[in-house]
Amino acid sequence: MHEMAICESIRGILEEEAARQDFRKVGRVCLEIGRLSDVEVEALKFGFDVVMRGSLAEDARLEIVETEGRAWCMPCGQSVPIAARFDPCPDCGSHQLQVTGGGEMKIRELEVS
Amino acid sequence: MVKLEKDILSKNNEYADANRKMFAKRGVLALNLVSSPGSGKTTLLCRTIDALRGKLPIAVIEGDQQTSNDADRIRATGAPAIQVNTGKGCHLDAHMVGHAANHLDLAEGGLLLVENVGNLVCPAGFDLGEAHKVVVLSVTEGEDKPLKYPDMFAAADLMILNKTDLLPHLDFDVEACIANARKVNPRIKVLRVSARTGEGMSDWTAWIGAARAMALAGHPLAAELKGAA
Repeated sequence: MHEMAICESIRGILEEEAARQDFRKVGRVCLEIGRLSDVEVEALKFGFDVVMRGSLAEDARLEIVETEGRAWCMPCGQSVPIAARFDPCPDCGSHQLQVTGGGEMKIRELEVS
Repeated sequence: MVKLEKDILSKNNEYADANRKMFAKRGVLALNLVSSPGSGKTTLLCRTIDALRGKLPIAVIEGDQQTSNDADRIRATGAPAIQVNTGKGCHLDAHMVGHAANHLDLAEGGLLLVENVGNLVCPAGFDLGEAHKVVVLSVTEGEDKPLKYPDMFAAADLMILNKTDLLPHLDFDVEACIANARKVNPRIKVLRVSARTGEGMSDWTAWIGAARAMALAGHPLAAELKGAA
């Protein structure tokens, strides 16, 4: 359900950009989705086809670039990779982490005509 | 090829920014209450309204997929409430909240409580323009909820452990639950409350008072309130 709302947001942005930048068809949509964002990529792919039906992006190819989770470990004073929000620091085991990357949900680029 | 680099939720975030500005202008403290269904949010809200009666004007926005049951319960307390039915949607978004807030005629310097759709997943990602997300977790739900739904506990500033009057009948481990929440969000504050018996309610209203003082910092109303107190 949530992924459908995300897809509807994407469709809204595509329609706005089409009016602004004067294009009629979108052939490819490239998204950047962080591994710590609350988006399930498989559900997003499913929702994308359904939501884009009848729009300027019908049959558009969806590409998703997943970015890794990163956090600043306060005890270590360094940036470390994490796979989930509750992961401890891989070096010292502390949970005193501040997430710095991996929450992204962006449209990176479009192939248009 | 068109480079965009645009946040997918940018539209929602624009509405959220507009809401935040409107709340700031009116000196309104807006709280977004999130939880799974059945955590006791509506009872907590009714008790909060009772506790703050005469001290603070309160308005409520109720989000549910269907029915106006919750708004009816709030209105029975005398506080103005608007029900937003999301239909197929699983969360409130900033546009719905802005629209509802405009219909509520918010009192200057008051408190707006937004009860989100009962769902520990989707409402985490949607900024409504609130000052704080408050996650309500009842002790009948299991202490691993913060780990199962980390996004929500990461987004919240306060966790209310509700229904603590039931603890003697349960195996719920309060300390383990708080430790789990802090694994996800080291800064989260925790209050233990029973909306039913009133235990911990004064801590909750004190937290609201502190959050309101922060929301009003720099606002002309802050001086007036100080004078009144």
